[in-house]
Amino acid sequence: MEILLFFGITLVSLIFIIILRREYEEYAVLLSALVGVVILLRLIGRLTELIQVFTYLAQKARVQPDYLATIFKVLGVAYLSGFGAQICKDAGESALGLRLELAGKIIILFMAVPVMVAIFEMVLRLF
Amino acid sequence: MIPEVDLIFKIAGIGIIVLLLNILFKQAGKDEYAYILTLVGVVLVFIVAIQMVQRFFQEVRAVFGF
Repeated sequence: MEILLFFGITLVSLIFIIILRREYEEYAVLLSALVGVVILLRLIGRLTELIQVFTYLAQKARVQPDYLATIFKVLGVAYLSGFGAQICKDAGESALGLRLELAGKIIILFMAVPVMVAIFEMVLRLF
Repeated sequence: MIPEVDLIFKIAGIGIIVLLLNILFKQAGKDEYAYILTLVGVVLVFIVAIQMVQRFFQEVRAVFGF
């Protein structure tokens, strides 16, 4: 199974990170960030298939495609801001991580407003 | 082997080489070269890292439809 591959990559780079952390903190931070990047690059194929399944189900349920697109965008923004925030926290700069998370939340809220407005109008039309 | 994992080993290798050379430079007493070497090492690692992060962003944009 591929989980063995991920476990191996993580373990090996963990050892390198520990070696490099004593002398050079910046290498350790970069290396730990890149392990996350490598693991996700391996998973991109499965992620695309999952998204295709959800899009297919949404079409069957006659959900407007742009709402689904917003959901995936929100998912992407949430993942990236969480990823960046964790890297900053690892490096000890948790304040920086909080700034990034705040930015992510605001962007997600900005993307969610049209959907909320649409729902609100739909509810008003009922009465 | 997987191309991405090679990049991780490349970065780790650069880090360890810079580490060893710095120890040698410190022994030889030439501290300024040690400092220059550290900067060169950081720049090299940053270049490799930025290339991978760029590919990562392209993949994420493609998948999530930014």
